[in-house]
Amino acid sequence: MDTSKSKREWQEKVLQPSTKRFPEREEHFLTTSGFEIDDLYTPDDAEAFDYDQNLGYPGEFPFTRGIQPTMYRGRMWTMRQYAGFASAQATNQRYHYLLEQGQTGLSVAFDLPTQIGYDSDSHQAKGEIGKVGVPISSLEDMEILFEGIPLGKVSTSMTINSSAPILLAMYIAVGKKQGIDPSKLNGTIQNDVLKEYIARGTYIFPPKPSMRLTTDIFHYCAQNLPQWNTISISGYHIREAGSTAAQEIAFTLADGIAYVQAAIDAGLDVDKFAGRLSFFFAANTNLLEEVAKFRAARRLWAKIMHDRFEAKDPRSMMLRFHTQTCGHTLTAQQPDNNVIRTAIQALAAVLGGTQSLHTNSRDEAYATPSEDAVTLALRTQQLLAFETGVADCTDPLGGSYYMEHLTDALEEKASEYIQKIDDLGGARAAIEHGYQQREIQESSYRTQKEIESGKKIVVGVNKFVSPYPEITGLLRIDPAEAAKQTQRLTSLKAKRDNEKVTQALNRLKDVASSEENTMPVFIDCVEAYATLGEICNVLRGVFGEQEEILVI
Amino acid sequence: MADEQKIRVLVAKPGLDGHDRGAKVVARALRDYGMEVIYTGLRQTPEMIAQSALQEDVDVVGVSILSGAHLELFPIVLEKLREKGLEHTIVLAGGIIPEEDHTALRQMGIEGIFGPGTSTNDIADFIKKAVADKKAA
Repeated sequence: MDTSKSKREWQEKVLQPSTKRFPEREEHFLTTSGFEIDDLYTPDDAEAFDYDQNLGYPGEFPFTRGIQPTMYRGRMWTMRQYAGFASAQATNQRYHYLLEQGQTGLSVAFDLPTQIGYDSDSHQAKGEIGKVGVPISSLEDMEILFEGIPLGKVSTSMTINSSAPILLAMYIAVGKKQGIDPSKLNGTIQNDVLKEYIARGTYIFPPKPSMRLTTDIFHYCAQNLPQWNTISISGYHIREAGSTAAQEIAFTLADGIAYVQAAIDAGLDVDKFAGRLSFFFAANTNLLEEVAKFRAARRLWAKIMHDRFEAKDPRSMMLRFHTQTCGHTLTAQQPDNNVIRTAIQALAAVLGGTQSLHTNSRDEAYATPSEDAVTLALRTQQLLAFETGVADCTDPLGGSYYMEHLTDALEEKASEYIQKIDDLGGARAAIEHGYQQREIQESSYRTQKEIESGKKIVVGVNKFVSPYPEITGLLRIDPAEAAKQTQRLTSLKAKRDNEKVTQALNRLKDVASSEENTMPVFIDCVEAYATLGEICNVLRGVFGEQEEILVI
Repeated sequence: MADEQKIRVLVAKPGLDGHDRGAKVVARALRDYGMEVIYTGLRQTPEMIAQSALQEDVDVVGVSILSGAHLELFPIVLEKLREKGLEHTIVLAGGIIPEEDHTALRQMGIEGIFGPGTSTNDIADFIKKAVADKKAA
């Protein structure tokens, strides 16, 4: 691009003499995605800029500026703290507490056995019960988890993937017991198994049957739970595993493409399900690149849905997303700094137009967060919403020369990665090649080396190091909780109608082996109080188990 | 270097925890520091870890846990190593392990604990010294 006369004059007369006397801090300034940043962006950089094509208006294609016409002037984002630990009862108390503190949606963290389809009394669950989330082995646990919480009024997000249809079946069943028709239920299941193979690790079955369960949910919810977000296609874990911002967009949207294609291949009409797809991204401390990331992701997804899948309904093209601040940026050293990191990351999410937000707690480099730490994290969001004024104007950074340049650059880089994944045969095939895993590991190793060489500064860790008070009041999980949980499971198995359980599980085996939709039979199974482990074992028998695609 | 044997390290992920960023970075870094590194992959039982340690004849087992299950899983890993006659293997812990649990882990026989913010250089130096001390003893 030709530099304008005025900029050239400024460079020659003002900038160059100045940098001669005072050299810049770095020879090259780079974003985390590796783009070189110029010293200044001006109208020159916006020469080819077409407002209507690149930005448009909020609520209109390509949705760069936001998916709703009013954004936060209409309604604040949903403040949704991810929580779950120890037992259904303890977690239920935390939910009541968070709702009293002004949280506006629930977000369930399940423990690892629940996520991988093992009951609390299985040997695989040893040591893990209630550790990173709440243990749910049966409908009984789920009833306790939501006791006193009106499912017709709250929206609930559940971080559950390979066992998602079973936990969704339990949620539907609890709703029915509260007298709530499934069509009135509001919430999200993560249900994104592809990123489990890439970055998160809680897969059970091989990709093909897993994708079938995913599309069964799309189909079932389109008919029965029209307000339910059937998937939350997640870049969060990809970023946490070490990717750059551009890789986060690309690998997430490539997974999205695979799900949309799978659903179309299963005979669904794109506009019947695409409006219920949602996304989940990370918010890093690199503020401006992050804001650009959200904008670029929104625009790129709109184009993909419009051009590649020929969606007609604008809702099918809207990238709605949840954001969580980056856990991996939190440090064990000088943990109070984490409050500041989280506040900046949350600001990035808000300036980027997130629909809901989780802010991490200052003690997360040590343990599952304590109640005090979670409250402070929630207050951070409330402060952003009600004191800073950033929610008063839609896409406030739109039109900044630098912001638009970054948005374009990220979209372009992400498109290149998506092209590469397409060339490898799509997200699933690329995962089987280890492509995304390898790219992420390269980025993560590079970051580590940059921190160790001092090229990348982490305050309190490799620079500005000073003694800090030890963090206190960490949450401890009482081992007695795990014992109580397994006892309850034993007594449930004794008191339920075991014949009914066997019948339901036999029927599940038939349905899983056929092409019939699995959701109705999952609901029958959980309503008969078949356990999560029993249900997953039937599926393991039919689908087989996935082995790790080891890339190192 | 010719007659000096490479230090052999097993990097292991026990339990159901899927957080493998740290384990993979450490595995690769130790390799770059000239060690022979075997990475187990996810979802290893303590028995599988001890079996790999035996088969691979390692000097060091580095165990990474971020799920909070360290106080439950480490004693079993150590017990399985002892059962296989590997009580002299150096066992290290990495991951999210609060300070207040360090004493308990050291008393069990964990020789080094490396939390968030650790430099891989420090881990490599620790291993080199611990292995040299063992050989001298």
